[in-house]
Amino acid sequence: MIKDITIGQYFPGNSVIHRMDARIKIIMTAVFIVMLFAANSVWGLLVGIAFTILTFIISKIPGKLMLKSLKPIVPIIIFTAILNLLFIRTGKAYFEWKFLKITDEGVDTAVFMMIRIICLIVGTSLLTYTTSPIDLTDAIERLLSPLKKIKVPVHELAMMMTIALRFIPTLIEETDKIMSAQKARGADMETGSLIQKAKALIPVLIPLFVASFRHAEELALAMECRCYHGGEGRTRMKQLHMSIVDLYGSIFCVLFLAGVIVINIVV
Amino acid sequence: MSSFIEIKDLHFSYVNDLEDPPVKTEVLKGINLNIEKGEFVAVLGHNGSGKSTLAKCINAINLPESGAVYVNGMDTLDENNLLPIREKVGMVFQNPDNQIVATIVEEDVAFALENMGVEPNEIRRRVDEALKTVGMYEYRLHAPHKLSGGQKQRVAIAGIIAMKPDCILLDEPTAMLDPHGRDEVMKTVKMLNEQGVTIVLITHYMEEAAQAQRVVVIDGGEVIMDNVPKKIFSNVETMKNLGLDVPQVTELCWELKKAGYDISTEIIHEDECVKKLYEMLK
Repeated sequence: MIKDITIGQYFPGNSVIHRMDARIKIIMTAVFIVMLFAANSVWGLLVGIAFTILTFIISKIPGKLMLKSLKPIVPIIIFTAILNLLFIRTGKAYFEWKFLKITDEGVDTAVFMMIRIICLIVGTSLLTYTTSPIDLTDAIERLLSPLKKIKVPVHELAMMMTIALRFIPTLIEETDKIMSAQKARGADMETGSLIQKAKALIPVLIPLFVASFRHAEELALAMECRCYHGGEGRTRMKQLHMSIVDLYGSIFCVLFLAGVIVINIVV
Repeated sequence: MSSFIEIKDLHFSYVNDLEDPPVKTEVLKGINLNIEKGEFVAVLGHNGSGKSTLAKCINAINLPESGAVYVNGMDTLDENNLLPIREKVGMVFQNPDNQIVATIVEEDVAFALENMGVEPNEIRRRVDEALKTVGMYEYRLHAPHKLSGGQKQRVAIAGIIAMKPDCILLDEPTAMLDPHGRDEVMKTVKMLNEQGVTIVLITHYMEEAAQAQRVVVIDGGEVIMDNVPKKIFSNVETMKNLGLDVPQVTELCWELKKAGYDISTEIIHEDECVKKLYEMLK
């Protein structure tokens, strides 16, 4: 169950997208999101889809992996589509029964929304699939560094993210261990109603919390022993640097955005 | 000339201020200890004897309540000395999972150097060197959670030796490892000592302590024995009364001596014992 979570999973590779600077990739993702939601016609959306498919092919990420990351989102996609179908009441009605009214505008928006969400997930997953967590947090730290001037603890936030990512596998392992230990003592976690199942998780969650605090305390000590004293005067072994690839990538991305805007104006 | 680490009449207490009035537990009750550069010292003592607390006093994690600790002449009570002391004295803990910070081995080894503000190229060089020293270079791009316990602990040691410390404190580094992992770690520790690094090893395994040049036994917050391993372990009865073991071979010799055989109890290594028994049986 827990092992299905793919968010934040890095898929090592050597494609052009893998080699791009993480900062540029984050900005490109932001631009991509704007592009998707700015597109208000079929043609505009097609440009968005084309961009998604192109980057996906360039990244050489296996399609199976991508489908796996889409799977947990399916209920959300369906839910959004139904909401759009039911609550948009303007336009020509296809179908009317009591309070239900499905209109052509409703269908259009629902389809648009579904495509947008799918593209969104594929696009943002590409970011995490092609960027190592360290590069990602590093890039976030750099991108947010102007906020240091208004006393936002940017370095500390990035450090927290790194540690959180580092401890995900450790905590999963620990959860497995605790669950086995509780099962060995006769705990029943599989049967019963949803409420019973949720209740059965309490004896797993409490030891997990206690263990996390212990991890945190020891880790803090170990970090102190290794001269950690905040972000001040810190250097990095791996420097982020931009190359010609990043320039091409940015141009490519801006062209698509421009395409969407032009289509919006023309159509 | 003064010693590398000087501990003078060190007292330390933990205060539990959740209780009212706060409960104070005195853990260290007047420790006097000098450790020279390049020594390999094993610290023994049963649980709660204060050995881990003592180690944390040396690298200024715990500060003395009274008395003083000097590392290379620097007083641990002076806040300006904090980082220089921690650069000189690295510490490795029991649980390898709780001391690895990064998601990639080499990033973790670089952590201390990044904190110290070393130049990126120099970090790269020292990280590679440290990983080669502990024999983990080919694993440099792996995720730490996929390594074995012994490998993780060696990565943790690499993270410390990348700082190029003069001394490494190891707080039961092998307690959570299997025999093979224990062997890996001990080999690394001995090799570092041969390269001139001062080692302070806190352990529960007498076979490990027997490999040190000097053994310090702590009980009830005081140093009660401080000698070469042979002399310490030959007092089998005293050790047992303290709740401590002696190496198996020493115990064997002791039992033989009790049974009336002429054998010294100053035998702490297996091959020594084998040789002696061979001579006796000849």
